[in-house]
Amino acid sequence: MKLSLRELSVSFRDPDGRAFSALGPISFEVAAQQFVCLVGPTGCGKSTLIRVLAGLLPATSGSARCDGELISRPMDQFAIMFQDANLMPWRTVLDNIALPLEIDGVPRASRYETVRALLPQLHLGNFEASYPAELSGGMAQRVALGRVIVQAPRVLLLDEPFGALDALTREKLSLDLLRLRQRNVQTIIMVTHDISEAVLLADRVLVMSRRPGTLVEDIAVELPRPRRSHMIYLPEFLRLAKRVRESIETLNSL
Amino acid sequence: MRKKSHDNTENRKDAARVAAALCPVSPLLTVGCLLLAWQWISAREFISHILVPPPAEVYQAFIDSLADGALVKHASVTLEEMLYGLLLGVGVGLLIGYAIAKAPLLESILSPIIVAFQSTPIVAYAPLLVIWFGSGIASKIVTTAVIVFFPTLVNTIVGIRSVSPNLRDLMRSLKAGRWQMFRHLEAPSALPVILAGLKTSTTLAVIGAVVGEFVSQGSGLGYLVTSARNLYNTPLVVVAVLTMTAISLSLYGLVAYVEWRFLVWRRRPSL
Ligand SMILES: Nc1ncnc2c1ncn2[C@@H]1O[C@H](COP(=O)(O)OP(=O)(O)OP(=O)(O)O)[C@@H](O)[C@H]1O
Ligand SMILES: [Mg+2]
Repeated sequence: MKLSLRELSVSFRDPDGRAFSALGPISFEVAAQQFVCLVGPTGCGKSTLIRVLAGLLPATSGSARCDGELISRPMDQFAIMFQDANLMPWRTVLDNIALPLEIDGVPRASRYETVRALLPQLHLGNFEASYPAELSGGMAQRVALGRVIVQAPRVLLLDEPFGALDALTREKLSLDLLRLRQRNVQTIIMVTHDISEAVLLADRVLVMSRRPGTLVEDIAVELPRPRRSHMIYLPEFLRLAKRVRESIETLNSL
Repeated sequence: MRKKSHDNTENRKDAARVAAALCPVSPLLTVGCLLLAWQWISAREFISHILVPPPAEVYQAFIDSLADGALVKHASVTLEEMLYGLLLGVGVGLLIGYAIAKAPLLESILSPIIVAFQSTPIVAYAPLLVIWFGSGIASKIVTTAVIVFFPTLVNTIVGIRSVSPNLRDLMRSLKAGRWQMFRHLEAPSALPVILAGLKTSTTLAVIGAVVGEFVSQGSGLGYLVTSARNLYNTPLVVVAVLTMTAISLSLYGLVAYVEWRFLVWRRRPSL
């Protein structure tokens, strides 16, 4: 599915009731099955942008469309992954991953079957009966990833999905994500503040300005797929990472 | 140096183990000590037996009131009032609490009435309830319902309002309907707070029922207390009071059990 944002902007009210602009106006397009990473200074409106695309927040002006249809509510075939795992503490791993299926009315036996088939790939084989409080941060994120996968989305919105994890775990998880994607190629928009993560995963890296975030640079990443962790040593990778970094640093020096 | 700190942690572990082993019996120890002190005080007759009857007399009064059926009769009246009162008060509290949590406008409309009601002592307006609802069981049920209504209301509002906004977004993105939102998100996340409120409610329920019985006589443990006191039958008063304690502790225990049973995810992992 193809996404297009046209002059999209969002404003909020501060506690005194004055409106301030949190995002945009920003315009870009994401082709079907493209993987786009979004980087930018903190508070520039990345999460806000993701929330608009997820249909959770209305645009103040401009529009976001999916295959031409205006996004004004949560769309079919979209899935979102939040910065923290955002699990339900009263549900086991199995029931957390099965939640989307349960909402869709899939009978218990068949949703458990689906989830159990998925657990080994998520390295959660022995934890189906555990509660979120018993999981490490990386495991909790894997559960959240599982909950996205069972939705079999065509568009995936990721808001710093691995933000709270250490470098090695996040690299492993993001490559897991790519592997799972190969079977069912989706359009992905992912927010990250990690430059090498962005370059390693994406087809395009979009750099946003400070609040209210607008598009300052659109960098195409032409590394071969499938991506491998050793690619971070390729000259092309280093050149791209440098470009992204310089673009962000220019912002900071302004 | 290292050896010493090792010993320290060992000692601490031993102490923790002893404390854990004592934990289930320690309330019994407390009760046992109180009984001993009671026996001792009444045996020495520091205080007249009319004021503090010895345990043996209280026990005799207990057996007698069991034998003539009075205790069971009055206790079951009180229990019935409490249960219906809880059902009514908790039911209405849950409904209004949920409505208020979802519609802030409703809160601003209702809160003056609610705050006024809550800041007036129940004993003061219990006679009014008797005038309105008669001197039968209905007025006691209403008194109980009114008193258990507030903790339920407040805890329901707090529980529903504290639902994580991120989980709400998740449910919306999954296109959950109103009922699913309630069933899969709001109810389970508010449940711990609501059960905590229910524990408070059960202990308040006995107050409501007994206050009602004090105001309009007839039957129930509150009536038993008044009538026994009028006959200077202090042992029977003590029996009636202890029965109230037993009833309210049992209900409390029941809710605590429900909590333990249904909030598995909140149990602390064992050591
Ligand atoms: N619901 C809201 N009400 C008012 N202001 C908001 C709201 N949500 C976000 N904001 C403000 O909008 C701005 C953009 O927020 P947003 O969360 O989109 O930033 P971000 O780019 O995701 O930042 P970070 O990298 O720190 O996650 C911030 O100044 C934030 O305080
Ligand atoms: Mg953010």
